[in-house]
Parts: sequence; C-alpha cells; structure tokens
Amino acid sequence: MSTASVANHDAAHDHHDHEHHDNFVTKYIFSQDHKMIAKQYLVTGMFWALIGGLLSILFRLQLGFPEMDMSFLRPILGGWIDEAGKLDPTFYLALVTMHGTIMVFFVLTAGLSGTFSNFLIPLQIGARDMASGFMNMLSYWLFFLSGVIMFISLFLKTGPAAGGWVVYPPLSALEQAIPGSGLGMTLWLVAMTFFIASSLMGGINYITTVINLRTKGMSFSKLPLTIWAFFLTAVIGLLSFPVLFAAALLLVFDRSFGTSFYLSDIYIGGEALPNTGGSPVLYQHLFWFLGHPEVYIVLLPALGITSEVIATNSRKPIFGYKAMIISLLGITVLSFVVWAHHMFVSGMNPFLGSIFMFLTLIIAVPSAVKVFNYLTTLWRGNLIFTPAMLFSIGLVSFFISGGLTGIFLGNSAIDIQLHDTYFVVAHFHLVMGSASFFGMIAGVYHWFPKMFGRMMDAKLGYIHFWITFVGVYMVFFPMHYIGIAGFPRRYYSWTNFEFANMYTDLNMFVSVAAIITFSAQFIFLFNFFYSMYKGRKATLNPWRSNTLEWTTPVEPGHGNWPGEIPAVYRWPYDYSKPGAEEDFIPQTVPLSATPESNLPHEQELVKVELEIMKEEEEVLVSNETSH
Amino acid sequence: MEKELKYVDMVEQPIAMHPKKFALWLFLVTVVMIFAALTSAYIVRQSEGNWLEYDLPTIFWYSSGIVVISSICLQYAYSAAKKDNFVGLRAGLSLAVLFGIAFLVSQWYSWVALVDENVFFVGNPSGSFLYVFTGLHAVHLISGVIFLIIVLISTYRYKVHSKSMDTLEMATTFWHFLAALWLYLFMFLLLNH
Repeated sequence: MSTASVANHDAAHDHHDHEHHDNFVTKYIFSQDHKMIAKQYLVTGMFWALIGGLLSILFRLQLGFPEMDMSFLRPILGGWIDEAGKLDPTFYLALVTMHGTIMVFFVLTAGLSGTFSNFLIPLQIGARDMASGFMNMLSYWLFFLSGVIMFISLFLKTGPAAGGWVVYPPLSALEQAIPGSGLGMTLWLVAMTFFIASSLMGGINYITTVINLRTKGMSFSKLPLTIWAFFLTAVIGLLSFPVLFAAALLLVFDRSFGTSFYLSDIYIGGEALPNTGGSPVLYQHLFWFLGHPEVYIVLLPALGITSEVIATNSRKPIFGYKAMIISLLGITVLSFVVWAHHMFVSGMNPFLGSIFMFLTLIIAVPSAVKVFNYLTTLWRGNLIFTPAMLFSIGLVSFFISGGLTGIFLGNSAIDIQLHDTYFVVAHFHLVMGSASFFGMIAGVYHWFPKMFGRMMDAKLGYIHFWITFVGVYMVFFPMHYIGIAGFPRRYYSWTNFEFANMYTDLNMFVSVAAIITFSAQFIFLFNFFYSMYKGRKATLNPWRSNTLEWTTPVEPGHGNWPGEIPAVYRWPYDYSKPGAEEDFIPQTVPLSATPESNLPHEQELVKVELEIMKEEEEVLVSNETSH
Repeated sequence: MEKELKYVDMVEQPIAMHPKKFALWLFLVTVVMIFAALTSAYIVRQSEGNWLEYDLPTIFWYSSGIVVISSICLQYAYSAAKKDNFVGLRAGLSLAVLFGIAFLVSQWYSWVALVDENVFFVGNPSGSFLYVFTGLHAVHLISGVIFLIIVLISTYRYKVHSKSMDTLEMATTFWHFLAALWLYLFMFLLLNH
C-alpha cells in the first residue's frame, strides 16, 4: 500500500501545475479530486439512505398493520411474502438488521463523514487536495465494493444477515441458528471488513490533511468548528474501527474455522456442540468498544456542520468557540470509556455497571455545553431561515429531546426495565439517527452551491423540512410510550400478548407517520437532482460566510484556488462585528485592514501580522525574479 | 504561474511533517489498536476461568532474537544510506530481509511446537489466541518483508540515497514497529501465562 501511494505522490504534485485533460473515467469514476470523491460519497450515501429507509417502511408495515395482506409487495420481496400475504418472520429480522447496518455505517458514517470531510477539509483549511488523493480514491472504492457485497447479500436465498446490526454471537456465529446466519452473515462480515479498511484510509487522510496541509495562518485556534469535528471524528474512527476488525476477525474464526472465542456449551436439538471455553460477552465488549464511539463518529460531523450553519445564519459569532472545542474533545475522550452501558443487563458485575453509569452520565456535560452554545448563538441573532438553518435548528431540537432520554437509559437500574425496548429505539433514533441525518441534510443545503455551482430551491426545502421535522417526532415520540410499556424491539409481532393490544393504534400511527416522512425525502431528491442542472446559478458567497471555501471560484477546479492559496488572519466567526462595514469579515481579511472593528487585543496582533505579510511579500518578489 | 504554485506549496508548511510518513504513523496506530483489542480480550477471557494452561514454545526466544537482529541490520542500512554507502545499504537491507524471513520460519516452527503440545487453533481459546496473535503479526510482517524487498530493488536503481531517504525511513519505521510489536506480544504472553 505504502509504495503505491508513494509512487502517486509525485503524480499528484504535477496535477496542480497545468490544466490537465480529464477523460470521463478519471474525472467522474476513478477521480482523485477530493470534491468529486465527496460527491461520489454523497450520491452513494443517498442511494443507501433510500434502501435503508425502504427497509424500515417494510417492517413498519408489519408492525403497524399486522393483519395486512402484503401480496402487493411480492414483485419486490418474492418468496419472503408467504401464500397468505404475510411477511416472513425471519426476513423481518433481516430487515431490521440491514436497516441498522446500512443507516449506521453506509449512510451516517460513509455518507456523512465521507461527503463532508472530503469536501470541506481541503476547502476550509486552504489545501489543494487531500494528503493522498490516491488513498482517498481507494477509500471510496473500497466503500463501494463493501456496498456491492452488502447489496448482493440482500438477494440471497437464505436472506441477508439477521442477527441485529450488532451481530451478537452465538446467534450470528452458528449457521444452524437462523437462516440469516448463513451466507448472509458471511457476506456481512466481508463487506464490513472492506468498510473498515475504507474508513481507516479515509480517516488517516483526514487527520494527515488537517495536521499537515493547513494554509498560512490557519492555526488550530482559527479552524472552523466543522474541521475540528471532522478531525476528531477521524481520530475516533482510527482508534475504534480496528477494534471492530479484531472482533469480526475472531467471529470469522468461530464461524468458519471452528474456534471457540465466543462459543461455549451450546446445545442444538439436544446435541452439544464441540465448542467450549468461549465467552459471548467478550464479543459484546469488543463490539461496543467500537459501537459506542461509532455513535459519535456519526454525530460529531453533524454537530460541526450545525455550528457553522447556525453561526452563519444567525449572523453572530459562535458562542463559546473554545468551549465548543473543549466539549468536542471531552466527547471524544469520554466516548471510549462508556461502552459497557450497552451491556448493563449482560450479566456484567453490577459494580462495574455503576462505574460505567457514572462515566456515561458525565457525557451529558459536554453535550449540554454544546446545546447551550447553540441556543446562545441563536439568541437575539439576525436569524436567516435558510433550509440549512432550519435543519440545523431541527438537529438541536432532536439532540435535546433525544439526549434527555439518554440520561434515563444511562442509569443501570432504569435500564433493566428499558433495555431492548422501543424506548431505546426512540432514544437513539432521535439523538443519533435523526440528529445526524438533519446535520447531513443541512450540510447538503448549505454547501450545495459550492458543490454544483447552483442553488437548491428554498421553497421545496421548507416543505421538506417541515414534513420531515414534524414527521420524525410523530414517528419517534410515541415509541417512548410503547417502550415504557415494555415492548421489546426486534419482535415480529406482539399480537400474541394481551397487554400489547392497547397500543395497536399507536403503532399504526407511527407507521403512517413513517411512510409520510419517508415520502417527503423524495421532495429533497427531486430538489437535489433538479437544482444540479436547472437550479439558480450561485454567487461566489451566497450565505455571506467567512470560511475559506467561499473564496474559491464558484466551481473550483482541481487544486481549488487558481492562484495562490489565501492566507488566514482571523477566526472564522467574525459576524456582525461592531464597527465593521459589513456584517461579516472573511478569514482572509487581515486585521490591519479593519482598524475600525479591531478589539484591543487584536490591535496588538496587527504587528505580528504585518511581519507575516512582509515575509509573504519577499516570497512574491523572489517568485517574480525566479520567473 | 506554474512555478508560483510550487513555491507556495513549499513555503506554506515548513514545520509540517512529511504527509506520507505521518500517514504511516497513523496506520501504526490502527495496528496498535487491533493488538490492544486482542490482548485485552485475552485478559478478559482469561479472568473468566476454564483456561487451558500450556508451556510457551521456547522457540519464541530465538525468534525474538532474530527479529531484533533484523532490526539492527536495517538500522545499519539506514545509516549507510545516509552516508551514500550503497554496498552497506544493500547488505544491511538484504540481511534484514533474510532475518525477517528467518523470523517467519521460526514462527512457523512455534506452531509446530504448539501442535506437538496438543495445543490447536481449534479448541480452548487460550491456545486459539496464541495462533491469532502470531498469525496476525506474521501477516503484518509479510507485508513488511514485501515493503523491504521493494526498497531493496529501488536501491539498485539508485533511488535511495542521502537526499532521498523517505521510503527507506518509512520502511525502517514500519520494520522497527513490527519488531517492537512482537516483543510486546511475547512479553505479554510471558507475563499473562
């Protein structure tokens, strides 16, 4: 791997220096340009979001309308709908499993980080491209390959993996357990291996780029919060994905080679399996060591995007820039020491449980700091309700309402009642699923002009927002009640239980809301593809924003800036600065150019700045002479 | 304009590390995390009891020596390259490769020794873990050997010299890391056995 990228290093450098002629394949398919790779990630992510959403609609139909005749789905689902028009129960398990896997990994990890880290890191730190364009391309294509394998697994005769997205052994380790633990599970593991490799390559690239390729003056204390979030997300991924790999590797050995890392004393049909000495809880520890940080891998980029969008559209500096960074760092560190709160009822030592409970509840502190800062940034701002702004505010709303239930679930005693019920489903779909999804959508609306040089239609954006926002609450709020009542998740049907009957109508309501919310996403898809070709032409800086990406041409070419990369002189949140002419001062404007709005301590910095500029002048002069 | 861009590319990051080298270090972090996960899994599992006790193959002592010698050879090659001593560079690199292969062979014999002790890959996790540690480390070491061979070939094209040390430097970092990783694994096994 290393040699391949070394060889490429020289080639990538030559790229900047001349107008090079791309053919279709190098421009749109095997592109090494970070902007194109970002778009590839985005479109692939959207494709997977559609599949993942569709799967959820299928199982919502089963949950909301258990008596329904689903024969009309036979053209898509074929044999999974039986003679009587009922959904096959084992396929129901496969549906929830694949919905989880697809949404968590393919949409909210690859689709979110892949898109925005790739697109924004070089543009916002002032770099020509990623540290290694080749590795970046490889990262996308490994993700694509992983997707192809996962997609194929959907069409297997025995169905795709069905042991839940966490694939706990022994259920996932034994082919005899359920049909989904056969070839479907094998393909799941193969696909995830490629996915891990892809994420790691992407992450290594993001970290290297942020640390090594920042433009002149772009210190860490001047980085936009988006970049801080992407950077820390990549750090979390780098530390946690290898652990998932280790867990999956041992699972592969158990499945295919007969080892007993996770298996012990299992009887199937009255006969003992030869495996002895394994521990299924060991898998849970290894899995959740990734699994919990994964939650933040999904959420942090969305929080970063929100910080940027909210500050820009409130026309106010972000409140507590340093506190935002510290809370991001706090979340990063804490995310690694709370994993066992997913395992309170796994038979873990209760003392250990109370330690993990304590650590878990501490995460509420940095999270609350972030929420507080969002609200105080919005407070008395000149709010401009662009669709991106609405989705960002929506994120804050979900982050609060979903975060509060996290405090319940973090308590090991309450978790005994709530564990694996719809309360958990409601909690993480609000705080992680919908919040991250809204962050992603906000990012698309906000940076669409930079991606495609055109604006998305705002009216359609508003309609999309309101249906989705109300819809998400309609779907997930009732689930809290269902969960408190004790409904377990992943159950095919509850009609056998007397206590469950009184919630049939609530489930029906949730299902209808889910269908409406899902349908509203087609408004977005239409808006996206229509605006790509027919949208209003974007101006250079449509949101009057400070960050570097808006100093590039409307449609930046390879290398991003046609001339020199601009230097950076100030933090990215100088909005509505008292005394300033405009209500925003881009990062490229030197402090010495704005004496009217400088604060006392900034006047001091002007001297330093003049020195830097003098140096730059010398560089320019020596450039001229060397020509 | 062509020159201008190049010039700016150079001056804007005087303190930054070579991006490829930095990426290599990050890759090493991921490898560390894999083995950290596996060795902690070992401890967690061991504490639960039902743990097969057996003797570690004594050949591990020899393989540890071999891997250290290999690292020393490579370090010699590195300092030779710095002085543009091509004979020393090639000799050191070749020896490092040979000792690397010798290490792999000795690891294979450690498996033979385990089988003789009736410790198999399939069976009590106590034995399976040992196979996973050594096997996964060997996979990484094979990739290191391939890397070294590629560098060795490039020395014959005079691509490695005192002014162009990046590739060799990365190969050396990776190789020392793999040696250190083995010593860690060996010590871990000695202490937790």
